[in-house]
Amino acid sequence: MNSLIGADWAAWSVIAPLAGAVLAALWPRSGPLLGMVVSVFAVLVSAGAALGVWHDGPARAGLGGWEVPLGIALHLDGLSALMLLMTAVVGFAVSVYALAYIRPGSGRDKFWPLWLWLWASMNGLYLSGDAFNLYVALELLGLAAVAMVALAGGAAALTAAMRYLLVSLLGSLAYLMGVALLYASHGVLDLALLGQVMGDEPATRLAAALMTAGLLMKTALFPLHVWLAPAHGSAPAPVSAVLSALVVKASFYLILRLWLDVFPQPEGSAFALLMGALGAAALLWGSLLALRAQRLKRVVAYSTVAQLGYLLLAFPLMLAVPAAWHAVVFFALAHACAKAAVFMAAGSLQRSAGHDRLAGLGGVMRREPMTLFALGIAGASLVGLPLTGGFIAKWLLVEAAIQGQAWGWALLVLVGGLLSGAYVFRVLGHGFIRDLAVTQHHPVPALMSWSVLALALVSVALGFAGAPALELLTRHGGEGS
Amino acid sequence: MTSLYLIGGAILFGLGVHALVARAHLVLKVLAVNVMGSGVFMVLLAAAAGGEGDPDPVPHALVLTGIVVAVSATAFALALILRVKAVTGRAHLPEGEGDAESGGS
Amino acid sequence: MRVTQAVSGALAAMLAALLAVVLWSLPETQGLRDPVAAAMDQAGVAHPVTAVLLNFRAYDTFLELGVLLLAVLGAWSLGRHTPLPARPVPGPVMPGTLRLLVPVAVVTGVYLLWAGSHAPGGAFQAGAVLGAAGVLWVLSRPRDLPAPPSPLLRLGLVAGTALFLAVGIAGLVVGHGFMGYPPPWAGALILIIETAATISIALTLVALFLGGAPAEREG
Repeated sequence: MNSLIGADWAAWSVIAPLAGAVLAALWPRSGPLLGMVVSVFAVLVSAGAALGVWHDGPARAGLGGWEVPLGIALHLDGLSALMLLMTAVVGFAVSVYALAYIRPGSGRDKFWPLWLWLWASMNGLYLSGDAFNLYVALELLGLAAVAMVALAGGAAALTAAMRYLLVSLLGSLAYLMGVALLYASHGVLDLALLGQVMGDEPATRLAAALMTAGLLMKTALFPLHVWLAPAHGSAPAPVSAVLSALVVKASFYLILRLWLDVFPQPEGSAFALLMGALGAAALLWGSLLALRAQRLKRVVAYSTVAQLGYLLLAFPLMLAVPAAWHAVVFFALAHACAKAAVFMAAGSLQRSAGHDRLAGLGGVMRREPMTLFALGIAGASLVGLPLTGGFIAKWLLVEAAIQGQAWGWALLVLVGGLLSGAYVFRVLGHGFIRDLAVTQHHPVPALMSWSVLALALVSVALGFAGAPALELLTRHGGEGS
Repeated sequence: MTSLYLIGGAILFGLGVHALVARAHLVLKVLAVNVMGSGVFMVLLAAAAGGEGDPDPVPHALVLTGIVVAVSATAFALALILRVKAVTGRAHLPEGEGDAESGGS
Repeated sequence: MRVTQAVSGALAAMLAALLAVVLWSLPETQGLRDPVAAAMDQAGVAHPVTAVLLNFRAYDTFLELGVLLLAVLGAWSLGRHTPLPARPVPGPVMPGTLRLLVPVAVVTGVYLLWAGSHAPGGAFQAGAVLGAAGVLWVLSRPRDLPAPPSPLLRLGLVAGTALFLAVGIAGLVVGHGFMGYPPPWAGALILIIETAATISIALTLVALFLGGAPAEREG
């Protein structure tokens, strides 16, 4: 009976944004209202889901009363509950921000339905326990994200959206071919069942390779990152925030889910080291590009390329310390809050100054102390300065690396932190240069500055949420009952 | 007999991947994605025919779902191509933009 | 460019060969034949593919309707779609053919929808046929086809998804799980959902056909 409660929370976590999305498609005018209602509900139900997992352990619900292998199961465990919570908190802040950022008119009628569909597809992805259903959720996610990138409408945004769409379609079809292989060889689609029946056959290995490669493309991992910076850099600020903070994590979540619960651990360490090397390359290359970029939003977008590298460290770290993925998930959480806040702050400054060229932003930064403060503390969390969520995240990563005596990876985490410090302080430095002429300055609406500040504070407060989050992640694996 | 379709599906998938990378025109790229999709659907249907008795209905349902998803994605992609063409004047992606610090925001 | 082509060709050929070899050597499986067959008496429909689509894996089908709807929303969000096609087809052939074809398409569509419960067919096939008829219709009569009022059009596009979700939530509240039907009503509910879905799919296909018309024709 206990698991039934968790299962209901899982269903409602999908339903809340879905219902909002359907209604927003019907009445786009009511988008802002629906967005607020969905935000509140999403926070409540994901908190409920997390509490359910905390007390009763993982839960499964066969949809339509059909049990696997016939039906599709929703699967709720610590990992999916944390991802739901992350989406809800960031989504809430972004929605409030968007109330002021997205101007009334046709832009608003377009933004809200797409955003709610995006939200629904992410929640669907986190909870789905079925390989094919995940494909549909991935396509839903990809289409919504691409359409949101195209909202900005200029040549750069449209080209970026096109590139993103092609990469995304290639990625999901590679994933789908993997699903076809798995079904052809094992005759089931449920992830948990697949995990049980799967051996180390060639078909399984090929499926694992195809699915991982497809999802890595969607995660924009080096060297497949080229589409990310133009797409994230030229989209409207709330869209950039959502894409950088949440959407890339959704496909990474699926990689992690597949390797934790489904695919057999590969013999030898070649695969894990390859993933680690890709991560390291992303970290270094993305940081260098962020240091070179001349526009604020590009800096932030390249910082996403870099920080995604940390996520891949899960694989080499798990070689020695099986629970190292906990640290990586917590890192994803901290990064999501900090990155969304930084992108939103960047959007406020851009709106205020009318451009986002770093060289000309100093004056506006000084006129908007609240936004600058939010940018500062969210940036500190991104760098991993003490007392922030980012610090705990990097601490956990280094700790796992030291535990596994993987000194190289520990060093990499520290170097990555230094590099991110360099580009964050390069941005902030412009706020402290004296005697800057302000050519143009529109005050930032209160809703925008407050929502950014709130999210930035959350990213710091996460520093105190490490223990419960990690505890929640131990509620993993099979059914609680 | 089914293995013929399995191999056909594999070849279609490979052809699609190649065309997606090698062809520059966006409409051809979208067609390439569709060829890839057909390859996957063919593999699924061939898998459904294996085994004993009537064909397995589940892959048929999956393929129907997949076709609708492919139609939706294709339609949206074509609409996006038209916008790209209208705004940039070209139905190609700019080459080598890559990590360069390109203008426009 | 030549180098890229050669490299991508070689890699794609390797991928295809690898896939072919692995697929060739796979043992055949029974798949999910037996679970489907065992549950057919509670499915509410007699055709196994329809049972999988609208009952056992109804959530997939619901999300897929969502993808279809999202494609329209996305295409619309790109801005400027002409309510009417760019180029009318001149001459009497098209209207004449249509006069014969559209009624046939409507009858075929409705038949396919109905047949879905016991034979190959169903909402998607029906929607595709009706959608094709709609596309032909718009192509042939560009001048005197009034654009439907926007709220009504939206209702038509969203109907399938909205009804499906409503039934799904009702299932959860009543205790058959999200996306579940009370078994005695399954057949009737599936038919209602499929009817709404057919209308939405047909309208969506027409809307997508129109949705991407070039910008300069706006007006």
